Amino acid sequence: MPRITTELSFADRLGTCKARWGIGRMEYMVPPGLYAVGTPTPDDPVVVTANYKMSYDMVRSSLAGHNTWLLVLETFGINVWCAAGKGTFGTDELEKRVDSVGLATVVNHRCLLLPILGAPGVAAHEVQKRTGFTVRYATIRAMDLPSYLDNDMVTTPEMQELTFTLRERLVLIPVELVLALKSIGLIGGTIFLAAFLMGGEAAGTKAIIAWLGAVFAGIVVGPLLLPWLPGRSFAIKGGIAGLGWSFVWYLLAGGAAWSVPVSLAAFLALPAVSAFYTLNFTGCSTYTSRSGVKKEMRLALPAMGAVLVVSLVLVLAGRFL
Amino acid sequence: MKGYRYLSGVTTLELRPEDCVGCGRCLEVCPHRVFALDGTKARIIDLDACMECGACAKNCPAAAITVDSGVGCASGLINEWLQERKLRRVGSGCCS
Ligand code: SF4
Ligand code: SF4
Repeated sequence: MPRITTELSFADRLGTCKARWGIGRMEYMVPPGLYAVGTPTPDDPVVVTANYKMSYDMVRSSLAGHNTWLLVLETFGINVWCAAGKGTFGTDELEKRVDSVGLATVVNHRCLLLPILGAPGVAAHEVQKRTGFTVRYATIRAMDLPSYLDNDMVTTPEMQELTFTLRERLVLIPVELVLALKSIGLIGGTIFLAAFLMGGEAAGTKAIIAWLGAVFAGIVVGPLLLPWLPGRSFAIKGGIAGLGWSFVWYLLAGGAAWSVPVSLAAFLALPAVSAFYTLNFTGCSTYTSRSGVKKEMRLALPAMGAVLVVSLVLVLAGRFL
Repeated sequence: MKGYRYLSGVTTLELRPEDCVGCGRCLEVCPHRVFALDGTKARIIDLDACMECGACAKNCPAAAITVDSGVGCASGLINEWLQERKLRRVGSGCCS
């Protein structure tokens, strides 16, 4: 039985950082199986987690000072929440892992502690039927595990409620940026080229800064200011962040000298770009529903497309009329 | 969820009280306190807070809950639509 340390080394922290920035996320796995945290006896609790290095690191470091068993499921390097959605953190894998490590011979009790966010993938009653182990959904956050264990395994309302704090939003942004990098570069390049052909290098540079600012407003500013931006729709929140950027850009780039059609186009197109990127942040949010996002997209995507076309027509018209 | 509210009137969550056996599992797994238990029956107390994660439906031993759960991000949905129209290969999702 591998015994694991609850101290995170520098390499672990560096790895976490890299994984957050999307570097080598897939290779970043922990072998599935049963691990000993401290010196657990057959009466000590079994905590289940995913073989995503960040989940695993968070769980083992927060379990410092508690003797527990840690059952790591094969989720192919994906975190508990996403893996549960895909079903890899699921009933079948849990059953398989409980069998393959011979859990029933290692511990005396018949209880598994699961992260609450694993519940979309696991049918607790099925697990009980197939393995004889009862599933208890313990906490959402690994950092609450110690107080849960010390508190006679009672889940307080705080341990069970999802949050979306500034910090939680902040750590998601690097991943979003890295994922969007390719499209930002491609579209940015096209915009530069088009503006360059129409108005020379200065126009190209301006266009690309305007684009990058709108993307930044949508990916970084929108999500950070999420609870304070008006409206419920992510597209509207993003659009407002983009409108803010349009004003800033208007002042920075000497917008007073712009022609009316170009100014209009800037104030239409930039918010549309930001709106799109903030709408995409629904994938990271902890409270948006699939049906809600669908509804938003059915309204927002055509609107964004129309706005972009109108902006383009304005710019062209302003130039040739 | 405190400080946040998404669009109202969109969730596909449904609870059939006549099938409920009052085990309380849905209260245990829901991260948004959508349910309450009245004696031996679960009841929806905050429908619009539901994020359609599917945890309650999956864990209800009486199959009293249904919800259309799945990918909920914009790029995931775009991929799904493209796949349905066979414009893109399966396998690229946002949650990876
Ligand atoms: S999980 Fe199902 S049976 Fe149990 S309380 Fe909820 S609705 Fe009722
Ligand atoms: S689908 Fe998820 S958020 Fe909605 S009620 Fe069920 S457990 Fe709660």
